[in-house]
Amino acid sequence: MIYWHVFIAFFIPNIIGYGGGPAIIPLVENEVVGRFGWMTSQEFAETLALGNALPSPIATKMAGYIGHEVAGIPGAIIATFATVAPSLILMLVALGTLYRYRHSIKVKSMSQWARPIIMVLMGYLTWSFLAEGVAGAGLMHTSIIGGVSAVLLMATRIHPAIVVCVGLSYGALLLG
Amino acid sequence: MKKLSQLFLAFFRIGLLGFGGGPSMIPLVHQEAVKRYTWIEDDDFSDLLAIGNTLPGPIATKMAGIIGYRVAGIMGCLVAVLAVTVPLIVTMIIVLEAFNRFSEERWVQGMSQGIVPVVMVMMAQLTWDFFQKSQVSLGLIGTLVIGAAAGGLIYGLGVHPGLVIGAVLLTALLRPEPTPIEASQGVIK
Repeated sequence: MIYWHVFIAFFIPNIIGYGGGPAIIPLVENEVVGRFGWMTSQEFAETLALGNALPSPIATKMAGYIGHEVAGIPGAIIATFATVAPSLILMLVALGTLYRYRHSIKVKSMSQWARPIIMVLMGYLTWSFLAEGVAGAGLMHTSIIGGVSAVLLMATRIHPAIVVCVGLSYGALLLG
Repeated sequence: MKKLSQLFLAFFRIGLLGFGGGPSMIPLVHQEAVKRYTWIEDDDFSDLLAIGNTLPGPIATKMAGIIGYRVAGIMGCLVAVLAVTVPLIVTMIIVLEAFNRFSEERWVQGMSQGIVPVVMVMMAQLTWDFFQKSQVSLGLIGTLVIGAAAGGLIYGLGVHPGLVIGAVLLTALLRPEPTPIEASQGVIK
């Protein structure tokens, strides 16, 4: 049963999430934090932080780690499979058909219409991280870390992994 | 065999060098598949990318899988996908397990709290990025209307986001073929 749940928790986000791996994050959060309650919001944030600090696709890293947490190595394999396989198999099997419709307005509008919904989900996740930060580290520390990382991420070319390290160091030194 | 090891190396490198999630890895895939190994032509690459983008799910693994398949069949597909994903999944599990082992320590709890605002900013950036892309294709009004309606359904009425997105995708697919005028507007980028 747990394996079925792991499969569903990653299959659904990946079969509706248009816009590559990042689009899938809020949908996965909805399943693993909201629906199945496998992780707290803070644990999800930690996972996402490390995921952003490491290279390679974000969706598969999240799937592999969360699957492993929930149901060991089989869980990791199932979650990664549910993330990668459905759309890849569809692409391999239906390549010819898809090729014909690759510039179709209807097909394009699918990903275009889904985008604002993903945007809302991402916005909501941003909000819940803010609430989580204020509840945990407090308003002052959340504003300082958030402000500094916003400047570093948006105004400089500093690597996101370094910004993640800044947050970790600040937390270890000042919040511990 | 040589092709399989080349595929493994190429996508292993892409996996190690590609930061920022799948979409930002596409130039690296292009570098390896088109330029270094000349497995596929430039035009072919663009077509595959366009097709990949008509489907949901992560883009980097779709590109890895389809290119691997072109080069060496099913085995090639498997090797490319595994090479781009598995090494960093294992790294991720090891690092986070080690981190969790010390979760009782005060300073580790501080680290957990310190990271949340950073992730919040990253998520805000993604939200903004999707907003801007959406504004280009649907306009400000269209983006806000769809966004507000979806937000109301999901957070107001508790509808599963999958149902909302699924319904929108079906509507997009099943609606009558757009008239040429609509079509020309749809193409404006």
